[in-house]
Amino acid sequence: MPALPLDEAGKYVAGAYVVFFTLIVIYVAIIGSKIARIERELEELNEEVGQGPSIDDGPEVRPPDQMAGLEAPRG
Amino acid sequence: MYSKGFRPLSIATVVALASALALVFFYAPNDADQGFVQKIFYVHVPMAIVALGGWVAGGLMAIKHLRSGDRSWDVRSYVAIHLSIILGVGVLVTGAIWARASWGHWWVWDEPVLVSFLIVFLLYCVYYPLRFSIEDPERQARYSSVFAITAGAFVPLNFIAVRLAESFTHPRVLSQTGGNLPGEMRLTFLVSLAAMTLLFVTLWKLELASKNASAQLKRLRTKLNARLAA
Repeated sequence: MPALPLDEAGKYVAGAYVVFFTLIVIYVAIIGSKIARIERELEELNEEVGQGPSIDDGPEVRPPDQMAGLEAPRG
Repeated sequence: MYSKGFRPLSIATVVALASALALVFFYAPNDADQGFVQKIFYVHVPMAIVALGGWVAGGLMAIKHLRSGDRSWDVRSYVAIHLSIILGVGVLVTGAIWARASWGHWWVWDEPVLVSFLIVFLLYCVYYPLRFSIEDPERQARYSSVFAITAGAFVPLNFIAVRLAESFTHPRVLSQTGGNLPGEMRLTFLVSLAAMTLLFVTLWKLELASKNASAQLKRLRTKLNARLAA
């Protein structure tokens, strides 16, 4: 068959690339929703345990120079 | 564990995909025979190669599972096969679009490349019902691994079939003598293949990280429930 004119071939080429990117976007969206569900369940678990703070408001990380003066608690 | 090195990998994937697209549409010349429609080649063929590679990799990971007894290898194998099936859907759809544009038909049954890929794809579609029909996790992992190894060994037949096929409608891309791609097309193809491989690895790691987090959460909940019950 002779080569298709650009305006007609463009539709097929666009179609093929749209299919590829749509598949990837759907896949990433599904994984993203799974991760969101895991986060939600983790928050629920945190509340059940009653530890209060979640990862977002977890313990403050001190710079090494401030930590140097700390001593390990003794029994 | 699985999220280690995820950020640089994701960045590399996005850069590679953007570079591949730029090369496809601004650097690679139009094919003398097929014209602009040949641009589908740069998404269709890398996707097919990576999907077939993913299935073989799934088989190798299944071997590792059966040898070590470590179930994490079964999960790795499952995710590789699962991703390859998704890419396989893309290969079949983009292939049909390309066939319609080039040959005037959505599907050609006497073309060995298409039919052999469809057979491999359908073979792997059996993997899901096999895996999820078994409730016992140990047996599920073992049977799935045996399937993954058997089917993975079948995949190279697809390549051999292509090599043996003497049809000129499906051009050879790469061969020991260099294939029949000119320099610009070859470079564009190789960049597209690298981008597709990076995309596969990134998505594989992403799904593994999600599955790992989900499994850890489940374990935590079980422990908590046991403590509350005690």
